[in-house]
Amino acid sequence: MVIDALGAPQRVLLIGGTSDIGQAIVRELVGADRVRSVVLASRCPEEAEPFADELRDGGIDVASVAFDVTATATHEATLARATTQLGDIDVAVMAAGVLGDQDEAEADPSAAVATAMANYVGPMSVCLHLGNRLRDQGHGVLVVLSSVAGDRPRRANFVYGSTKAGLDALATGLGDALHGSGARVVVVRPGFVRTSMTDGLDEAPLTVDPADVASAVRAAVAGRSELVYVPRQIGAVMRVLKALPRPIFRRLPI
Amino acid sequence: MTLLTGWGRTAATDAELVRTRSEEEIASATRTAPDRGVIARGLGRSYNDAAQNAGGRVIELRRSDRTIEIDPDGLARLDAGCSIDELLAVAVPRGWFVPVTPGTRQITVGGAIAADVHGKNHHVDGAFGDHVERMVVIDGRGQAHELRPTTDVGWWGALRGGMGLVGTIAAADVRLHAIETSLVSVDTERATDLDDLMERMESRDDAYRYSVAWVDLLTTGRTLGRGVLTRGDFATADQLPPARTTDPLAFSSGSLATVPAVVPPKLLNRFSIRAFNELWYRRAPRHRTGELQSIGAFFHPLDGLSAWNRLYGASGFVQWQCVVPIGAEEELRTIVGRFAEQRCPTFLAVLKRFGPGADAPLSFPMPGWTLAVDVPAEVPGLAALLDDLDELVVVVGGRLYLAKDARVRPELVPPMYPRLDELRSVRAAVDPDGRFRSDLSRRLGW
Repeated sequence: MVIDALGAPQRVLLIGGTSDIGQAIVRELVGADRVRSVVLASRCPEEAEPFADELRDGGIDVASVAFDVTATATHEATLARATTQLGDIDVAVMAAGVLGDQDEAEADPSAAVATAMANYVGPMSVCLHLGNRLRDQGHGVLVVLSSVAGDRPRRANFVYGSTKAGLDALATGLGDALHGSGARVVVVRPGFVRTSMTDGLDEAPLTVDPADVASAVRAAVAGRSELVYVPRQIGAVMRVLKALPRPIFRRLPI
Repeated sequence: MTLLTGWGRTAATDAELVRTRSEEEIASATRTAPDRGVIARGLGRSYNDAAQNAGGRVIELRRSDRTIEIDPDGLARLDAGCSIDELLAVAVPRGWFVPVTPGTRQITVGGAIAADVHGKNHHVDGAFGDHVERMVVIDGRGQAHELRPTTDVGWWGALRGGMGLVGTIAAADVRLHAIETSLVSVDTERATDLDDLMERMESRDDAYRYSVAWVDLLTTGRTLGRGVLTRGDFATADQLPPARTTDPLAFSSGSLATVPAVVPPKLLNRFSIRAFNELWYRRAPRHRTGELQSIGAFFHPLDGLSAWNRLYGASGFVQWQCVVPIGAEEELRTIVGRFAEQRCPTFLAVLKRFGPGADAPLSFPMPGWTLAVDVPAEVPGLAALLDDLDELVVVVGGRLYLAKDARVRPELVPPMYPRLDELRSVRAAVDPDGRFRSDLSRRLGW
């Protein structure tokens, strides 16, 4: 346990065991050759099996557990079980999430509520539970996958954007709450990432791969960053976009 | 709760810090330890996570108000929380010196035993634990025990280098070394490369009680591993110049300056350090004998600059210290070469030839060459470089120093310390509830 002096963890919990970005982050952390145990928490554990096997082939002790982010009432017990399995949690990655369909959400608000459950309400519960665990153990990093979509909601996907804005605010606040506790929250705001979630969508400028997000996360876990844009330049782009007057921003083809 | 790190200022974790000044206070803090256990901490000079206990309790040992007693034969009765600095302030004016001191006076007696520290006289006098004659130790259930090296062999040996995991040392009797003066007569030599340096140490170390070499790890090629060798012994009264004879045992503590809390990032980089190293090497005489130096200047040069660990900036640094057996000079050359190749900005690289090791499962010293290197944690590629060097050390039968290591692969520790199981069995006996725990023990999976 514990993250060593050069930032390498030994025990990792991935919430969203089938997430491309989440798996890339775990792969990257494993690269330092210190990770010995991984818990993959997924809605459909059987879909996480190929990744679990890949890790096992590397000599890592893997537990794959069923976990529904939206079933908040089950979180306490499931996370307790997962952490008993691990011992301490050196790094927890909150990677579960859905993109949702903006048009469908506007036509049927219950679809928007489902997106909010999957991206915000459920993860809020997970993050708060994990925050308490990390505080009790006196160390650890919680990595939360936010999105630049939450920086400023766009006409084209404001439902998704609003859920990430909520999660981002929650994670940022939790990071402040944990300040000085030995535990830390890293908020990750990627731009467009090529994953199965975005498969079929038009790529935006500054598109990155899950591996790019992963290497930025590894650096943040080893260092002291609390907010990471991937790629880094997109942080500057978002600062400009956020500064634009609304009438102009509204008309941008983004 | 308090965020704690070791001297390297990496991997901070949070613990409940309890300051104790007596055996009873240590015992009670142990008995009432929370689920995540308890570990002792002295002055926090271990470079790593040995004196941290995330989510648990850390007891910080300090000296009680009891005065430091030294009997006429030089046996000192000491609280484990007494620092070498506090001890020297009393001992030196009476003609006594600590049997072994590392490069800083700011460590406690308890820490010196728990890490079994060594000094420049290891080849002659062994490690700190060799000079301890009695200990009072608190076990995992808060019971006090009085131990002697001859009657409590197993536990005694495990305490030396046990990093606080087999009991908290509350007090110790330490046999001091008699001195006539507080000045050291020092011979300095410059060595043009690593082979020259090792040759000089091999052939003439035995003539000196104290010996250590500084190595320049930034030069490559013909001057790879060039260094400055300083050796000496305490001056006798008749070696003093007339002006110094009035107060031959004068001793002053304290530091000259303190590094501010905030330093510019990357202050220590390979350019600034190359310049420093060049200056340091050139400044040393090619050969000089009999120079009189103070205890501080000779033994504790780092204490001249308080909080010097801040020089490495907010991301901290690691110290990598290995020992390789005699006969592994080729591997030592490879190690020095690898540091030089990587252009690690290191201004503190020290080479020393050890004498025989102790009969203690986790005591670091063994006959051979020990190299200690400071490297800023943010140096790119450092993790992979050190992993490679660890392997090299294990292959030749060497080991890393657990008072320094903050990142070794846990699997490599058992081959480095083949008697590790002895520590485990002592631990099971003296701490059946598993109360003694530290970040180091968790990291190494102990």
